[in-house]
Amino acid sequence: MFILKKFGQLLVTVILVTLFASLLLELLPGDPTEVLIPSGSDQQREELRQELKLDQSFAVRYSTWLGNFATGDMGNYYTVSSDRPVSDRLWQSLPVSLLLMFYAQMLALFFAIPLGVITAYRKGTWLDRTSNTAAFAMLAIPNFALGFLLQYYLGVKLGWFKTSGYASPNESPIEHLQYMILPTITLAVGQIAIYMRLLRSDMIATLQQDFILMAKAKGLKSKRILFRHALRPSSLTLLTVAGLNIGTLIGGALIVEVVFALPGMGLMLFEAIGRRQIVAFQSMVAVIAILYILVNFAVDLLYTVLDPRIRNANKS
Amino acid sequence: MSVQTPISGLPTPSGTPGAPKLLEVRDIVTRFTTDRGSLTAVNGVSLSLERGRTLGVVGESGSGKSVLSRSIMGLLPRSNTERSGQVIFEGKEISGLNDTEYRELWGDEMAMIFQDPMTALNPVMKIGLQITESLRFHLNMSKSDAKDTAVALLKAVKIPEPEKRFSSYPHEMSGGMRQRVVIAVALACGPKLLFADEPTTALDVTVQAQILDLLAEQQRERYMGMILVTHDLGVVAGRADEIAVMYAGQIVEQAPTALLFSEMKMPYTEALMSAIPKLTDASHTRLAAIGGRPPDLVNPPKGCAFSPRCPYVQPRCHEESPTLTPSPTAPEHLFACFYPIGSPETEEVRLRIAAQRLMATAPEFVAAPANTPTPAQQSPVPAPPEQTEGM
Repeated sequence: MFILKKFGQLLVTVILVTLFASLLLELLPGDPTEVLIPSGSDQQREELRQELKLDQSFAVRYSTWLGNFATGDMGNYYTVSSDRPVSDRLWQSLPVSLLLMFYAQMLALFFAIPLGVITAYRKGTWLDRTSNTAAFAMLAIPNFALGFLLQYYLGVKLGWFKTSGYASPNESPIEHLQYMILPTITLAVGQIAIYMRLLRSDMIATLQQDFILMAKAKGLKSKRILFRHALRPSSLTLLTVAGLNIGTLIGGALIVEVVFALPGMGLMLFEAIGRRQIVAFQSMVAVIAILYILVNFAVDLLYTVLDPRIRNANKS
Repeated sequence: MSVQTPISGLPTPSGTPGAPKLLEVRDIVTRFTTDRGSLTAVNGVSLSLERGRTLGVVGESGSGKSVLSRSIMGLLPRSNTERSGQVIFEGKEISGLNDTEYRELWGDEMAMIFQDPMTALNPVMKIGLQITESLRFHLNMSKSDAKDTAVALLKAVKIPEPEKRFSSYPHEMSGGMRQRVVIAVALACGPKLLFADEPTTALDVTVQAQILDLLAEQQRERYMGMILVTHDLGVVAGRADEIAVMYAGQIVEQAPTALLFSEMKMPYTEALMSAIPKLTDASHTRLAAIGGRPPDLVNPPKGCAFSPRCPYVQPRCHEESPTLTPSPTAPEHLFACFYPIGSPETEEVRLRIAAQRLMATAPEFVAAPANTPTPAQQSPVPAPPEQTEGM
């Protein structure tokens, strides 16, 4: 029952998201075939128009795409020389974005959780104040500026990491990491600040609770009180925001991808809009929407793991 | 009792000649730094307790009774708290310990039962784990031993189906059941000293007696010293060996229970007593309340802290504070009052109040002709304010 409900939500969301995204593309002026095959003959254009159903209404075009997508056909990515299936490009870009998202989230949580816990526990001390100031500074730096700074100092001057491009982890794991480290740090820095602040404020509220005093009165060590007793009930907001972030990052981190020339989803979507790849765009948006919903579904499940009281609320 | 305590090595005999008292508190003062200045929550309290005995600490909210038990246990946060005085536990001064040293005592030697079972248990942890964790930490039990002990504890606090309840979450249990779990957690490592901080305040009246009986039974079996903190004299009446009445951070009267009830000296104790509704009262009898509010502990009043609310107040009470001194007739009865109940001054005031009340309730009897009932407000003699509101 729960799964069915979620599946229904997924269907509705995918249809709505792709519908609006396609409608927006409709607003772009001009003949898409002029962008798709700028040097093509009139006859080639006419054929392409027929194939893309540009001579028919939006409703027909959209429903045709929807039917194709539902049967697993994501359409073609049109170029002058050859047409390649969209799925090919998707399988190249999606892993880049997913990996970048994964690394950035891991790095952000790795620093933010202990920092959030400790700053809440040591509220008002120099440690708390310093990390608050640092957090605001981290939030204030724009992504691209931080990206360029890291590229210049760690990439060019020190030569530790590669500044632009990408290597697949299957081919050369070490090179892959060299390419990914700087974009990961660039993305993670702002998120460390947000996550830390979120966890800190929830944690401060939890530490006021009676059950924390009771845990103290049991003679438990501070570390156990903080991480076993206080962290879980304090982490729901953090989980929500992290889940939304993961969803957003699946669609790519455009600015970071541009700065580091990473061939991820953000770049590919951007390119698809510019080149009027309507079918490709619709398919990619649909895939991202599906993944977004799946991530949030996972977050919902995690809530029930973190807080048993939600478990019962779901059952009834 | 058929219930076997699962804790080994306890209880040890106490009260043998020469053995130190379980707990001795000397002149403890606790101050909090607030935005408005220094707040004296506990102001020079001394008390002592033997194993197997129960001390009831009674007072209104804000009288410092909860802070007192937390001060003794060392549970208050260190920042913005200032504490002085001595706490001697089994002959050892413990008030200067650091948190690591305190952790050896907390849960193991002394434990606390909290007021509200709805918030005292961690909502996201199974109750079994909440009991076993201190067993594993303090007694180094193995996982399965700890589980067996926890189930036995749940059984001892009379929780039905203890094996099943072991893996329940707190929200799956009622308030009374949760308070039993809180008690089981406190009893887990076999403490010698148990603080019960308003253990029944958050519970239904019907459950209160059960919980108190359970506490008394466990205390007897485990031979613990217990400090039972409550605002309800009725709770401690049958259960404490000795009662200390607190007001504004000080003990104002302390005596063995029977003596306190038969010969209370302090007007505050009397006021607390009269605030308990009695079954013999006629229905619709007005509930007696103590007029006014507890004093502001940042700027305490000059003289006796109870003087602004005391019905028997005399000029001297506003100038000097009385100290806790033994009664001339019974040295184990201590009180802090210049004009205790029974002294000529208070008797005079009492008679006057009684007369006023009589006039207020039956004005026709005093002033009006018997055949024309006159409303009280039209009476030639102005109705004095009722005692409950006018203090």
